[in-house]
Amino acid sequence: MDIPFTIAPHPETGVFNAKAGIWLFLASEVMLFGALFTTYILLRVGAPEWPHGELDVALATLNTAVLITSSITMVMAWASLMMKSFGKFRLYLGLTIVLGFGFLIIKYFEYSHHIRMGDVPSKNTFFAIYFTLTGLHGLHVIGGMIVNSYMWGPGSKMWKTEPARFTNRIEVAGLYWHFVDLVWIFLFPVLYLL
Amino acid sequence: MDFGDTQAIKKHVRVYVTVFITLLALTLITVAISRLHLDVPLAITVALFIAVVKGSLVASYFMHLISEKKVIYAALLLTVVFFAALMSLPLLHHSNPIIEHNVP
Repeated sequence: MDIPFTIAPHPETGVFNAKAGIWLFLASEVMLFGALFTTYILLRVGAPEWPHGELDVALATLNTAVLITSSITMVMAWASLMMKSFGKFRLYLGLTIVLGFGFLIIKYFEYSHHIRMGDVPSKNTFFAIYFTLTGLHGLHVIGGMIVNSYMWGPGSKMWKTEPARFTNRIEVAGLYWHFVDLVWIFLFPVLYLL
Repeated sequence: MDFGDTQAIKKHVRVYVTVFITLLALTLITVAISRLHLDVPLAITVALFIAVVKGSLVASYFMHLISEKKVIYAALLLTVVFFAALMSLPLLHHSNPIIEHNVP
């Protein structure tokens, strides 16, 4: 049985089904991270003192730039398909995957430094919420990289048979990836700068 | 924007590049402002304002929310309402006279 409305918009919603689905999923993700941000606020206002200068702002700024760059390469991958340029699509999506990997490597250096210094989640509520928020975000980055790698590799065969459907798939993968970037845009000032 | 409409997409690409440069600039501005060591309430306001601007740029242009269908807006409006309710929970906690605040 064919999956309905993978290309044409559904008459009820006006969008193809996968797009409606990913937006509903992202809405649930907003609530997931919202709950953790609320936890952060409660912990911070309830704490007698809150640590400052414990995190590496320079590395986090670099990571922000890496993730923002990966967002434009992701949207360029989709735009390349819209212009029917499969070669450029692979270049841009490949760059997105590499940048995602770069983000995780920088995060690894941050984590390993903290663990060496004994700054582990059990040390205080600051490091507990820091590792929870950035760890969950990191898992989302890994999830996005798995999907993007599939689309770059075996999943890209669909371009030959159903190019419009494959382009829609990349748009949906992109929406998820941009959401991951958007979450980091808020995590960066909240954890590192304030 | 239709599949294969190269001219229309090229116009969008120029917008994406502009948004990208703006996002990088706003990131540097946020870091620079954080080094001014403003009072905490002002620092929080400025940092979150810049984050909201950056988030809006990503959502509007990279996620195409600026030209999306009504059903997506409706779902997101509902999300905003519940998100706002979630964010107001700490205020309820803070205004509760039974809970002693700032107890180590």
